[in-house]
Amino acid sequence: MNALRKKDLLTLVACAVLFAVMQGLMMAEIIGPFWELNIVLICINIILSVSLNLINGYTGQFSIGHAGFLAVGAYTGAIVTVKLGFSYELALIAGTVAAGFLGFLIGLPTLRLNGDYLAIATLGLGEIIRICILNIDYVGGASGLMGIPRLTNFPWVFWIMIFIIFFIKNFKNSAPGRCCLAIRENEIAADTMGIDTTKYKVMAFTLGAAFAGTAGVLFSHYFYIAHPASFTFMRSFDILTMVVLGGLGSMTGAITGAVLLTFISAYLAEYPEWRMIIYSITLIVLMLRRPQGLFGNKELSLKMFHLGGGKDGSTAESK
Amino acid sequence: MDMGSFMQQFVQQLINGISLGSIYALVALGYTMIYGIIKLINFAHGDIYMLGAYFGFIATTMFGFSFIPAILFSMACAALAGIIIERVAYRPMRNAPRIAILITAIGVSFFLEYSMILIATPQPRTFPAVFEATIYHFGPLVVNSQQIVILISALILMAVLTYIVQNTKAGKAMRAVSFDADAARLMGINIDRVISMTFALGSALAAAGGVLVGIYYNSIDPLMGMVPGIKAFVAAVLGGIGIIPGAMLGGIILGVVEAMVSGFFSSTFRDAAAFAILILILLYKPAGILGKNVREKV
Repeated sequence: MNALRKKDLLTLVACAVLFAVMQGLMMAEIIGPFWELNIVLICINIILSVSLNLINGYTGQFSIGHAGFLAVGAYTGAIVTVKLGFSYELALIAGTVAAGFLGFLIGLPTLRLNGDYLAIATLGLGEIIRICILNIDYVGGASGLMGIPRLTNFPWVFWIMIFIIFFIKNFKNSAPGRCCLAIRENEIAADTMGIDTTKYKVMAFTLGAAFAGTAGVLFSHYFYIAHPASFTFMRSFDILTMVVLGGLGSMTGAITGAVLLTFISAYLAEYPEWRMIIYSITLIVLMLRRPQGLFGNKELSLKMFHLGGGKDGSTAESK
Repeated sequence: MDMGSFMQQFVQQLINGISLGSIYALVALGYTMIYGIIKLINFAHGDIYMLGAYFGFIATTMFGFSFIPAILFSMACAALAGIIIERVAYRPMRNAPRIAILITAIGVSFFLEYSMILIATPQPRTFPAVFEATIYHFGPLVVNSQQIVILISALILMAVLTYIVQNTKAGKAMRAVSFDADAARLMGINIDRVISMTFALGSALAAAGGVLVGIYYNSIDPLMGMVPGIKAFVAAVLGGIGIIPGAMLGGIILGVVEAMVSGFFSSTFRDAAAFAILILILLYKPAGILGKNVREKV
């Protein structure tokens, strides 16, 4: 237990150093506005992929409606600051709670489904959320909600990201987290062992949705606007791709996937007409070469390099 | 709205819905066949439908084909495209985790969409009128010749497909593989060839749908397959995925519901209605309208 705490503390110190370096480089303007924007985007994408990983990777519930919760967070946050004039902190809380609550409401009936059926139902629900927003004139309808103040900055987004990563990591190692892992491995077996599968599936789904809502608030308060077109099912696919590319069920994998894909798409921004073609070919080739994702369901750690040699843990593991 | 005009509006929307729905049905057939045989939600299927529309466009504008040769040309090209996609992107992943194949399918879908944008520019193109558009009046109801052609073509194609699947040796092999792939292999069926054929048939039907929709709306663009692709999958699930008559029924129902919602409420809620039906069906009858409940074996 003590060793675990020490390790966490070390990681936290490493994060603080990383933060200080990044912040310093931004202050000194070595990292220009283009990359600063992309770094913020990376942090937001990490929040999204890590929270989707909680649902898809740890609990094994195949959800592809994450953009819907992102939209709920973005709009709720914007309503709180723009329409009601409350503070940014309150917006963050409201966005998180609203998306989490909706996740709970949606999760309760739909999580009875499994596999592809759940996937297509969540995809549909994500689209329904978007279409409903599109038809509400109070939040600007099809032209989006404009004039959101830029209240998100790098420190905010970075520390919220760190908080969420630690939260999910600790959740995975808690008793409910282990129940989620058991459900992923075999739902029927978990049920027979006395695990209330519905409860834990809904719990994971609600948490994942809530964090997506947080990401939404951060997102809309950085880009000045909440627009329905940013929350289509293509956005959900984006997030899913990050998770699967990194390795479903691997926290470090989800983070790497988010960083890698955001970087690829930022680099390719110079070649707009080739951007999506190269992106898609990269995606196909990576999947053909490593169908279990970059890390499988293993975590990237220093141990991985020490063991080395014959024990390439991530090949036989996933089915 | 009094009863008479309500009935008139209802029947009119029913006609519109059936013609739109038969296009969904054509695309849904490919989804359901591919899902039935390799359990893959082929997200690229909607883009095959887009490719089909473009092949039809090339056939009519560049080669000056009339309607029937154009649709056959488009179906043949799309069948080839389907076979190539399966060979290159899906076959190496036969034993990979299903989610990885799904991501590959999403990748293929992006690839087709954006390659088409690169080749043909993102601007919509006007699909030439391949035959005289005549408008028929049946009392207060309006039916145009395109709707009739769409319905008739869709019915013929579905009949041909049903014949192939039920009465030919190849169709028998397809049914065998979708029932139990391993057992089919033991019986000497070449699984790879059957899967290629399924992709060819499914893609050809989607291409026909693409050409018909081009004729109906007179406009095609590289991203036209995205939303109809998802909706066709909804239609397939609605009827019971893996079941061929189910896809036809699901497509028609979806088309009619969409037409009713845009006729009586607002067209902006049209897409939401499609998904709402999907979710209701999934919650109350997850196997679809024509599906049988299969108990999960432990």
